[in-house]
Amino acid sequence: MQHSANAAPAVAPQKSPKASSGTKHFLKMLMKQRTLVLMSVPFVIWLFIFRYLPVWGWTLAFQDYRPGRSFSEQEWVGFKHFAFLFQDDAFYRVMRNTFAMSFINLILGFVLAITLAVLLNELKNIVFKRVVQTISYMPYFLSWVVAASIIMVALSPEEGIVNQVLVGLGIIDKPILWLGEASYFWGIFAASETWKNLGWNTIVYLAAITMIDPAQYEAADIDGANRLQKIWHITLPGMKPVIIVLLILNIGQVLETGFEAQYLLKNPANMDFAETLELFVLRWGINFGNYSFATAAGIFKTVISFSLLFAANSLAKRMGQERLF
Amino acid sequence: MASHRKGALRPSTGDRIFDICNVLFMLFLVTITLYPMLNQLALSLNDANDSIRGGIHLWPREFTWNNYAYVFDQATIYHATLISILRTVIGTCLTVFCSAMVAYTISKPEFVLRKFVTLAFVLTLYFNGGLIPTFLLIRDLNLLNSFWVYIVPGLIGVFNLIVIRSFIQGLPDGILESAKIDGAGEFTTFIRIVLPLTVPALATISLFAAVYQWNSWFDVFLFNSSSVDLSTLQYELVKILQNSNSASSGKSAADAFANSDSSNFVSPIAVRATMTIVASLPIMMVYPFLQKYFVKGMTVGGVKG
Repeated sequence: MQHSANAAPAVAPQKSPKASSGTKHFLKMLMKQRTLVLMSVPFVIWLFIFRYLPVWGWTLAFQDYRPGRSFSEQEWVGFKHFAFLFQDDAFYRVMRNTFAMSFINLILGFVLAITLAVLLNELKNIVFKRVVQTISYMPYFLSWVVAASIIMVALSPEEGIVNQVLVGLGIIDKPILWLGEASYFWGIFAASETWKNLGWNTIVYLAAITMIDPAQYEAADIDGANRLQKIWHITLPGMKPVIIVLLILNIGQVLETGFEAQYLLKNPANMDFAETLELFVLRWGINFGNYSFATAAGIFKTVISFSLLFAANSLAKRMGQERLF
Repeated sequence: MASHRKGALRPSTGDRIFDICNVLFMLFLVTITLYPMLNQLALSLNDANDSIRGGIHLWPREFTWNNYAYVFDQATIYHATLISILRTVIGTCLTVFCSAMVAYTISKPEFVLRKFVTLAFVLTLYFNGGLIPTFLLIRDLNLLNSFWVYIVPGLIGVFNLIVIRSFIQGLPDGILESAKIDGAGEFTTFIRIVLPLTVPALATISLFAAVYQWNSWFDVFLFNSSSVDLSTLQYELVKILQNSNSASSGKSAADAFANSDSSNFVSPIAVRATMTIVASLPIMMVYPFLQKYFVKGMTVGGVKG
């Protein structure tokens, strides 16, 4: 490999791209840069196999897929599976759960992370601030398995610290079986997400705050502004561009909230509020082996994600933000 | 950075109240972040029978290493730990090396395929085949029940490419040029010059790749759940959780796992706590030292991505 590289002094090209005839020139360049080609093209092939090829699998949704048959032998059924999907009550429940948890996640993620970033920025003792930051990043690095284990212990009726504290404070009379009551699930999910990701989400906002010109704060001091006024009139407006960009990016990703927390914390008792679209796909596809129906549900999710992405993008344009794609 | 100093002005009472509340709030935050972990740590170091009495909070009442001895005595868990370490090491090395290599090629303006390669990768941000087609692909590629299913499908992430490429583009031009004058080829330049110079970016990528590999459990469940030999630590913990979750309450279960062969009884609570600590300790010990890198990496990725 190194030999071929020696033969290719990659500094030379660029000179006259237009002069030689297109394809010939291109092939010549390709030969010259063959080391670079060897360093990247195998990975494009890898990318094609593992990222692009699965999209071909969407055809499953329009067939009655039977394993063991070749593609041409599969029976085509048009939109049958989609029709089934829309008649299934479970599907609507799952969609409700997916949207509800995604939006709770989105809103809480923003509001709390911005608040925490602002408060961290107001800390005067730098060492204390560092320590708080480092600790707040910790749960992000834990796996959802570990987090779920911790959450289940914290919520357990006998041992759980949550019940102990709430009973101790007299807020509830007797311990609650938190994970056994379906209607609590969204709240538990939101709290878990917050516990795990809040600190991590502040990183970008803290970076945005450091970009604010300190002269603004000095001017405000001279005008006799207090802390809250400075936060409201300087810090928050200064973070606005970053907030908008992230909000738009996240709207497009809103259904990609993951499913690990739901998968690990769900049980037969809270299933009605815990099951998301991803888990629905998993249940029908992997557990019941109905690949076609499960793929149809998966495609539906992609379609919604895409519409949200385009909506977010046009919103971005209207608000004068450039470039998402 | 944000030095809004008070100058000669004395802090007002309102300011002081604000500061006190703020510090109290931060202490509250630190407590609810750390307490659950420290509680598990205390439980894992406390005598298993004693733990059943309850009341263990931050400190073990009857200190013992027995729970750890018991857990690692289980052949499955011992083996799963090895697999976890193996996939973390191999996966991280390969991801970092391959990502850096591709990132280097697309950082070179004169590379004829630069736009094509970049676009091919960036496009994948906007779609994915979904669970079932991916599962069937892995099956058709004969990767089910194999170790490589942990490594190959997630080899290169677009985020990694963006971080490393921006870093390479930020290097002073002269350095890469001088290597070329000495007659070094692209691959040699990459190995000898680019890799050492991009260490800060590679540290970020390594951390994320290692965390991803160490924490993964879903690919074990989906692709390898029928081969016990390939189970990982996280997946063993999942099995324990599922056992206790299917029972009516959080505590009474997981007996299937913590078999009570009278002589060496270890309670489910203790086993679970010990597994939780084992599954999270390696990362807990590493991430604080890489903070500088991942914060920078996040900021770059956040702005350019």
